[in-house]
Amino acid sequence: MSMSTAHPGTEAIVSKNWLSAHRWLILRRISQLGVMALFLAGPWWGLWIVKGNLSSSLTLGILPLTDPYTLLQSWISGHAIAQTAALGAVIVAVFYFLVGGRSYCAWVCPVNLVTDLAAWLRRRLGLSRPSRMDRSARYWFLGMTLVVAATTGTIAWELVNPVSIMHRGVIFGFGAGALAIAGVFLFDLLVARRGWCGHLCPVGAFYSLLGRFSVIRVHAARRSQCNDCGDCYDVCPEPLVIKPALKGADDGGGTAILSPNCTNCGRCVDVCSLNVFRFGTRCSGTPGSETPPFQVGHSHERN
Amino acid sequence: MNDRPRNLNRRRFLADTAKTVCVAGLAGLGLSFYSNRSASHTAQALRPPGSLEENSFLGACLRCGLCVRDCPYDTLRLARLEMDVAPGTPYFVARDIPCEMCDDIPCVKACPSGALDPALRDIDDARMGVAVLVDQESCLNFQGLRCDVCYRVCPRIGEAITLDLQHNERTRTHTRFLPSVHSDYCTGCGKCEHACVLEEAAIKVLPQRLAKGELGRHYRWGWQEKDKAGGSLVAPDQPHRYHLPDSMDYEHGGRGLIPREKAAEATPFEHDPLSTLNRGMDEP
Repeated sequence: MSMSTAHPGTEAIVSKNWLSAHRWLILRRISQLGVMALFLAGPWWGLWIVKGNLSSSLTLGILPLTDPYTLLQSWISGHAIAQTAALGAVIVAVFYFLVGGRSYCAWVCPVNLVTDLAAWLRRRLGLSRPSRMDRSARYWFLGMTLVVAATTGTIAWELVNPVSIMHRGVIFGFGAGALAIAGVFLFDLLVARRGWCGHLCPVGAFYSLLGRFSVIRVHAARRSQCNDCGDCYDVCPEPLVIKPALKGADDGGGTAILSPNCTNCGRCVDVCSLNVFRFGTRCSGTPGSETPPFQVGHSHERN
Repeated sequence: MNDRPRNLNRRRFLADTAKTVCVAGLAGLGLSFYSNRSASHTAQALRPPGSLEENSFLGACLRCGLCVRDCPYDTLRLARLEMDVAPGTPYFVARDIPCEMCDDIPCVKACPSGALDPALRDIDDARMGVAVLVDQESCLNFQGLRCDVCYRVCPRIGEAITLDLQHNERTRTHTRFLPSVHSDYCTGCGKCEHACVLEEAAIKVLPQRLAKGELGRHYRWGWQEKDKAGGSLVAPDQPHRYHLPDSMDYEHGGRGLIPREKAAEATPFEHDPLSTLNRGMDEP
């Protein structure tokens, strides 16, 4: 294990170069800010490419996109789903079903910028104590939001959802919503490492279920090269997803990271000085090794 | 790393799960209360045309803001967290910018979820609220002046707001033109509230639930039922029939039963009302 948990990826910068050691991080920031820019081009510069926000939007006046999770709550609350919203939700669902549900978290969600900052600061300040919080709590929260939608007959979660508060805030104006985002930041910084995105957020939980069988996955392709420096664990927002793939050779496990909680952020690809990780598909694996049935259980879902 | 041992401690797992469930449950309860509270928002915030009834609206609206974007007059806004309207939902404040009642209703067309009912084709059928003349004491027309501004700006002039004429008791020579709102026609666009010349508007658009009374379900307006039936609903009065003893009659003036022969001369009332009242006074 590396001693320098405050600076994971140092070796990779030396052995590869700074740009290669930040490739996926840079691409991811470009994606996150690019999505935001698309939404802001209208209100800021009058360039109406995309209207609306992540809950539901209209691109170029023709392509509807709708958050399937919000729409699911609407349906559970008793509202008959309208055609446009349904079409938008199907498009989004199919997309994330292919590229990995939680790619949404790493590549699109604006709150990721906040929680990544908190995680970075936490490493720098040496606050990286493991969290005792249950990583499966998010699924309970997900269930809770659906139950509340049914009992209140409203999309109650959208009243407090930090994801939509932040995205809507940037586009339509924050108001007191900024406090909610500050709350998420402080929670991640001071209370629990990766507390929001990695433990509680029901949006992420929904998308992880959506991408349960997704095609694009990170592979620990050259796992035999691993020197146990631990940098990948340090940067990973969901450290528990790595081990089955990285250390699964003895059990005959495949090299693909199959946990639906992997956000496909690719940070492990960046920080590994030995190029152990790469992006691949679900089915591609080390030759001859069969993909074992995926295990989901508390032994892997806890931090 | 801090991986848990393979043999999971069952008791601790159950305790942790119970804790998580409790926290999630409490959060859910809090969310329910908050949701119920935000369902009854401030009366000043009006929903866009075609909005479903408030609770259904909160189950349908995805909070995307597409209606806000397509509103050509910047009437609609998205509520923020600190407001008394469910955050992220569209609303407008009539006194600031009223609804201009576009013929093509772009906000309804933009709505992907049906929270703004696509069945609304004619903007005149919109019911965003009902205008109410809340303060007759400061309304200029009620004082006998000819302001008439609310009446003039109303997109359904002469229908949604009419001026009812009444004698001005103060000057004793003039007429008061009293603005009167008719909810059968009022769309709740808020032009009247916006235009009211007072410092604080005397006419305000309120949500239907606050503005409207409701008759008991059994209650009917008699004259309407009479019109519908084409005549009186009760049988017309029949002449009274008395079953009196033979050769007796009844006097209504107070004497009661009297022999028939006297009945002819006995009229219920004397010609002079005083003698009717004094009847019996002179008798011993």
